[in-house]
Amino acid sequence: MVPRFWRKIKYRYDLKGSYCENCGNYHYPPRNFCPVCRRRGRVKEVRLPDEGRVLSYTIIREGEPCVVALIELDNGTRIISQLSCDPSEVETGMRVRKAFRRYGEDGEEGIINYGTKFVPAN
Amino acid sequence: MRRVAVVGVGYSQFGELWERGFRDIVLEAGAEALADAELEGKEIEAMYVGNMSGGRYLGQEHIAALIADYSGLAEFGIPATRVEAADASGGLAVRQAYMAVASGLHEIVIAAGAEKVTDVGDPMEILSASVDMEWERFVGGNLPALYAIMARMHMESFGTTEEDLAMVSVKNHRNGVKNPKAQFRREIKVDDVLRSPYVAEPLKLLDCASISDGAAAVILASENVAREITDTPVYIEACTQASDYIALHSRKDVLTMKAVVKAAREAYKLARIEAKDVQVAEVHDSFTIAEILAYEDLGFSEKGKGAELIREGITEIDGDLPVNPSGGLKACGHAVGATGVRQIVELTLQLRGDAEKRQVDAEKGLALNIGGTGATAVVSILGR
Repeated sequence: MVPRFWRKIKYRYDLKGSYCENCGNYHYPPRNFCPVCRRRGRVKEVRLPDEGRVLSYTIIREGEPCVVALIELDNGTRIISQLSCDPSEVETGMRVRKAFRRYGEDGEEGIINYGTKFVPAN
Repeated sequence: MRRVAVVGVGYSQFGELWERGFRDIVLEAGAEALADAELEGKEIEAMYVGNMSGGRYLGQEHIAALIADYSGLAEFGIPATRVEAADASGGLAVRQAYMAVASGLHEIVIAAGAEKVTDVGDPMEILSASVDMEWERFVGGNLPALYAIMARMHMESFGTTEEDLAMVSVKNHRNGVKNPKAQFRREIKVDDVLRSPYVAEPLKLLDCASISDGAAAVILASENVAREITDTPVYIEACTQASDYIALHSRKDVLTMKAVVKAAREAYKLARIEAKDVQVAEVHDSFTIAEILAYEDLGFSEKGKGAELIREGITEIDGDLPVNPSGGLKACGHAVGATGVRQIVELTLQLRGDAEKRQVDAEKGLALNIGGTGATAVVSILGR
C-alpha cells in the first residue's frame, strides 16, 4: 500500500491537476491524456486554485460524522474531498479553502495518510 | 444478427442465506432455469457468469469454471467465462450470452449471475470498490456517500424531497411482499423510512438496498431453436451497454447518468420503440435516488421531474408504468452480480404471464442494470 500512496503524494498534499492547452479543460487528479481532445490534447501539470465552493455534500453517519463534498474550484475543476468543519456549518454554495490534513493510517503499524481537505474560507 | 429468445429462467432465494454456500445457490438458480426450459443441460453450449468480487466476497477466483463444474457441465467442457462490471456484472453476462447467440456462434447459452456476500468481508465496503478507489473512496466517498451527494443535488435543483425518495422504498417493499423469493416481504411506511437512521445524509438506512446473497440464471436460444423448445419464447429485442467517467467529479452533469441515456437511446432504436412504449421496467434502485434518476435518464420523465412519477403513483404495480414489480433491489435484495440476471428473469416471468400475485399486463419490458455510480449501464428490452 505504501508505494501506491506515496507515488501520488504530490497530488494529494497539494492541489496539482492537469490543464489541456487545446480545449482549456482542467482535471483533478491529473491525467496523462486529455479525455476530451484525445490525441490532439496538449496536457500540462498546473497548480489548481486554493478556493472554491460546495456544489453538494453528504454527512456520513457511521461513527464520527464525516462531511464529504463535491467542490468546484474557482477555475471550474471539480473534486470530491472532505470538509474539515462542524457538520452543522455546511451548506451548498459555501466558500471553502484547501488545507493539509490527516486522513488516517494503514493500521497501527502502517503509514499515516495525509492529504488535502477543505475548510470554510472566511 | 439473429433474434434471441429467453427459453428458461430461474433464481434462488435472495437474502442472508447462512445455511447455503455459493455453489448451492448457483445450482438452485441453474437447475430451475433448466427445468423451466425443459432441458437436460448437455444442450448448453457456453456459459457466462456475472460476479463482481468472488475474490473478496469469498476468497475464490476462477468462478466461471467452478460454476460450470458444479452444474455438471465440466463433463462437456463448455467454455465458461466470468464477466465483471461491479453490480452491472449480471447485465453484462446476459449481454455476452445474447451476443454469442445473436452472432450465430452458439445456439443455446446460459447466463448466470451469483454473489455470496455474507461469508467474508464487509459487503458495502466491497461494493464500494466500484467507485474510484484512489480519488473518491480515499477521501471517504463510498457508494452511499456518492449517491447521497447526487440525492442532495437533485433535491436542491429540482425540489425532490426526502418523502419522495422514501416513497420509492415503500413502493418496492409493497411489491416485494408478493415475491416469494424476495429478501424483505413486509410493507413499510413513509414514516419508517424517514425515521430510519441516516447512513449518508440525506439517504437513510431504508433508502439503501441491502447487499444480499443470491443467484439467477437465464437460458438463451436462437429464434429457430427457441420455437422447438418452448411455446412461450420471450425475445430480447435489444441489449445495449455504455460507459461513463468512473468518478462523479469528472462528469459535467452529476445528475445525468450519461451511460444510461446512451444505452437506452440505442436500445429503443434497436427495439423500434420509444420510452413511452415500455409497459413494465426493472431498474437499478441500489439507492432510492437511483430509481428517480433512472426514470429521467430512461426517458420516462423529463430531467428533474422523476419524483412526479412516484408521487402520482404511475410506477406503482397497478399504475401506467409499473417499475420494479419484483420488489427491486430494495426489497428483493441486491445480490450484486446476480441482480442484472434476476431482472431479466422477472421481465420474462412478467411477459409470459407467470408472475403470479405480482403480475402486470405488459408486452414490452425494460431492464436497467448499473455498475457503481453509473460508469457502466446495461439496458435490455424484452418483448413477447
